[in-house]
Amino acid sequence: MSAELRERVATLLAEHDPAATDRLDFLRARYDAGLAWVWFPEGLGGLGLARADQGIVDALLAEAGAPSNHPERNGIGLGMAAPTILRFGTEEQKQRFLRPLWTGEEIWCQLFSEPGAGSDLAGLATRAVPDGDGWMVNGQKVWTSGAHNARLAILVARTDPDAPKHRGLTYFLCDMTDPGVDVRPLRQITGEAEFNEVFLNDVRIPDSQRLGDVGQGWLVAAATLDNERVAIGGAAAPRESGMIAKVAQTWREQPERRTAGLHERLVEAWVDAEVARVTGIRLRQKLAQGQPGPEGSAMKLVFAGLAQRLSGMELELLAEDGLRYSDWTMVRPDRVDFTGRDAGYRYLRAKGNSIEGGTSEILRNVIAERVLGLPGEHRVDKDVPWKEIPR
Amino acid sequence: MSTTMDPDLLPTQDDEDLRAAVRAVLAAHGDPTAVIACYDGDRSVVAPLWRALAVDLGLAGLLVAEEHGGHGAGAREAAVVLTELGAAVAPVPFLTSSVLATTVLGSPAATPAAADLLAALAAGEQVAAVVLPWSTGPDSMSVLTEQGGEVRSVAGAVEADVLLVPVGSGDGSGVDVRAVPVDAARVVAVPSLDMTRPLADVTVDAAALAAAPVVVGGAAETLADALSLASALMASEQAGLTRWCVTTTVGYLKERRQFGRVLGGFQALKHRLADLYVEAEQASAAATWAAATASGDADPDEVRLAAAVAASYCGRVAVHAAEETVQLHAGIAMTWEHPAHLALKRAKSDQIALGTAEHHHRIVADLVDLPGPIAG
Repeated sequence: MSAELRERVATLLAEHDPAATDRLDFLRARYDAGLAWVWFPEGLGGLGLARADQGIVDALLAEAGAPSNHPERNGIGLGMAAPTILRFGTEEQKQRFLRPLWTGEEIWCQLFSEPGAGSDLAGLATRAVPDGDGWMVNGQKVWTSGAHNARLAILVARTDPDAPKHRGLTYFLCDMTDPGVDVRPLRQITGEAEFNEVFLNDVRIPDSQRLGDVGQGWLVAAATLDNERVAIGGAAAPRESGMIAKVAQTWREQPERRTAGLHERLVEAWVDAEVARVTGIRLRQKLAQGQPGPEGSAMKLVFAGLAQRLSGMELELLAEDGLRYSDWTMVRPDRVDFTGRDAGYRYLRAKGNSIEGGTSEILRNVIAERVLGLPGEHRVDKDVPWKEIPR
Repeated sequence: MSTTMDPDLLPTQDDEDLRAAVRAVLAAHGDPTAVIACYDGDRSVVAPLWRALAVDLGLAGLLVAEEHGGHGAGAREAAVVLTELGAAVAPVPFLTSSVLATTVLGSPAATPAAADLLAALAAGEQVAAVVLPWSTGPDSMSVLTEQGGEVRSVAGAVEADVLLVPVGSGDGSGVDVRAVPVDAARVVAVPSLDMTRPLADVTVDAAALAAAPVVVGGAAETLADALSLASALMASEQAGLTRWCVTTTVGYLKERRQFGRVLGGFQALKHRLADLYVEAEQASAAATWAAATASGDADPDEVRLAAAVAASYCGRVAVHAAEETVQLHAGIAMTWEHPAHLALKRAKSDQIALGTAEHHHRIVADLVDLPGPIAG
């Protein structure tokens, strides 16, 4: 297979010389050649191969100086929207959305959380009501990273308030350029506004942009969230990368700051980071063929704990410099970078790691109930019509 | 580093068959009540269990080269065995004799005198123990001189026919390993925290040492590597023990009712079990990684690093799991009849055995360039 794959890459490069081809034209040709994500089906940017085969393609194209689709600018599109569309979308939806998503022509964001629906996502109140051949949506979403750059959004809204909360939801693909969409920056404890509040006022969505059946939204959203946890906690990384790399670098560069107490904590954390990395490798080997399951929750839990422990340790190591902060000026970054900027930023940003994409408390419930088979939480609102739940 | 370089961490069908065979023996011969009896001096469980494992399954020769009558298997297979032995807190000298002693005797620095002994160990006819305190880490060895003397808290000596005694030469130039028949030494069993791996104080005098053949000459590196491999594989024992703790405690809390509810429905307890599960998964991955790294043709530093990482992590996690097992079972786990204390005593002993976390961290810090504070 590897020879055939190399041949395919060579043909793409021969027909579309990266040096002489427009960037977007090249990316579209790469998608059409099935070399975008080889584990996707043929005709949708892939070749139906194993995920592991992508490495060969990426390495050959990088070597040839081919342009990147800048995955870091479309994490939600690539990591969450795409696998969900692939699994639940109609043929038309897959054809319409996946290609510009992969090329980066269309950036995606996620309209899930609401001021009144955080951990209790299924309790969300944004309403979608039938309107001609489509839907009319009203409500307020929050914690939407990248909404100010996004062309499209994955959206969960309530279509049946008379049904119990999990059964009255429907999943949509929402056009962010609709005049009813109002995006406002939401400033965080770091000083930045990486996230947004999104107000939806009479936003029109055609029924052709409904993903899955009416009332099936919770099932579709759960699949998205499993993908999100894998994306956050399960990314392949070399040894000593991410937060441990930052602290280890400071340790090596500033020998005068070393103390015996911090040394023991640092080496123990290094061990834990390496164990988490190795566990991630084994998890990816397990998932190589299948859908992400609740095991991804375990990795996300570990990742959040390590990031917080290490970033806090780094401030202590920096001592008098750990008391300072680079800049509180409000900016709107175009990507999320957990290990960017300075130690103070990293410490504060890491606090979000145990909240975003499922709080660590919710993840422990997921592991206890879905992996260990322990009884579910007592849920007074489970079989009650959503509209009768006190709020 | 690309993911294609990473060893395969998933079990093969051969691994699963080996695991099933070991489990079947443990189910037939490793009854927890009989294991608990070891604490009252009744070790009648040991001989039939060891015979079934060592001879019938041939595990005594698992790591011994085929030319010496063994199976020539690798650390991965030994890790599968130790995972199951750890889950059962099996009172057998597999780690001390079939891993540590055979690894020392299988060294390239072994003399011809080692061959017969190795064959006897592989066949399960004899059992050997390395005469070092069981707390000795790969970088912290202190050995007897040619004058002989006492070595305290030696594991595996109670079961041993032959004692492998590291001896420092008088001029301080190196360490030889001498094979002393157990009759020529004084082995005094001592009450041990973990009576499923009972310790003994071993005294060997100068005459016995002088009469004993050298089985490995210039053995300092051999001993350090063997202790490192033993600590890497003990991580699998710890991972297996951790798995038993999680499975048993989850099972109990699904049954046990208080306040009209099963205890496993209380969130305060569910979250602790979730954390234990996450730790157990990581311990298993780290231990498998260390064994797989030791089995391949990895750089020796990479093998040492994977061993120290797994030993540090699994030692800590096994103790946490065993302590949580006691707390979450509560009163019943404080009784002599309940097997939770077998796991607790083994886990705490293992955490100190073959080097504490501090030893392993020193090795890690050295290998990954994280030096300590500048002296003065």
